[in-house]
Amino acid sequence: MKRYDVLKEIVKTLKDELVICNLGFPSRELYYIKDREKNFYMLGSMGLTSSIALGLAISQPKRNIYCIDGDGSILMNLGSLSTIANINPVNLTLIVIDNEAYGSTGNQKTHTSDRTNLALIAKGAGFESITVILDKEDIKAQLKNQEPGCNFILIKANPGNAKVDIIPLDPEKIKKRFMESMNKGHRN
Amino acid sequence: MNVDLKIYETIKDVGINLLLILPDNMIQGLIKVINEKNEIRKITITREEEGMGIAAGAYLGGIKPALLMQNSGLGNSINAIKSLLQLYKIPILLIMSHRGGEGEKIMAQNQMGQVTFNLLECINLKYFIVNSVKTIENFKNAMIFMQDNSKSAAIVLERSLWREIT
Repeated sequence: MKRYDVLKEIVKTLKDELVICNLGFPSRELYYIKDREKNFYMLGSMGLTSSIALGLAISQPKRNIYCIDGDGSILMNLGSLSTIANINPVNLTLIVIDNEAYGSTGNQKTHTSDRTNLALIAKGAGFESITVILDKEDIKAQLKNQEPGCNFILIKANPGNAKVDIIPLDPEKIKKRFMESMNKGHRN
Repeated sequence: MNVDLKIYETIKDVGINLLLILPDNMIQGLIKVINEKNEIRKITITREEEGMGIAAGAYLGGIKPALLMQNSGLGNSINAIKSLLQLYKIPILLIMSHRGGEGEKIMAQNQMGQVTFNLLECINLKYFIVNSVKTIENFKNAMIFMQDNSKSAAIVLERSLWREIT
């Protein structure tokens, strides 16, 4: 399975979760699978996906936050794992799609293609709930059945990008509708 | 007058309710007050750029965060300031001590210290200097600027602030 297949499985489980998505092809693919106001698409600042998700999680403790990140991005901000694990938010699921490559720049290999294991790094950082998924069939079950809390899910995937265009939304629009989506609906 | 207490009260008064903190020698007294009062939520960050990400997320979720950092962290964070805070128009207050400025004893701080204002101007980040008890008022001016313009801003804390005899 490739990132696109993983994202399709994740999208099937989404209800009113707030999603922070890594920049480049991950956000572009997510947008074209199913755009939602509750998706925040990153357009810059590689590495900060999990940090943005942590800030959102602590400011919105009654909502479930999904962070969709990648191996290259996590490697760029490893300190974030220790900050998240120590804050231990009650509502953050950090999903790392590990395709062992810098996907948006031409699929150059990352260190996870060789000796580096992000699940072990997450354990060392202090995460208690760590799941490694190898099969597409397990993604939905994991997301549906997991306890709310501070969850680290590593999904191993193959490199490769879907043929999708760039996102036709300007940054302020992405921000505005994301923030407004929290004022709509039930939980506040 | 206790300068650290005065800064602390001002941070509280302007409505900051989350502090992302990386320590510096110059602000250790302020951090001590923040810890002792234990009224404002605080998170120790591992790198300033990370703190800007957390602050951006917290802002999206409806709270008012600020970073407490040293100016060397400005160098670590240029990309986050440009392609996150400024790109999405996310107003975050960056409170930074100015190492390598007036009265610096550690020569190694001078390289970043000397270019701090040039850097802030170059990346078009509005800054307010706090170098005396009177100029602590600039925290309020920074918050007004941020609210009116949906832009981030910096507070630059100078060493003279703590030397002033009041």
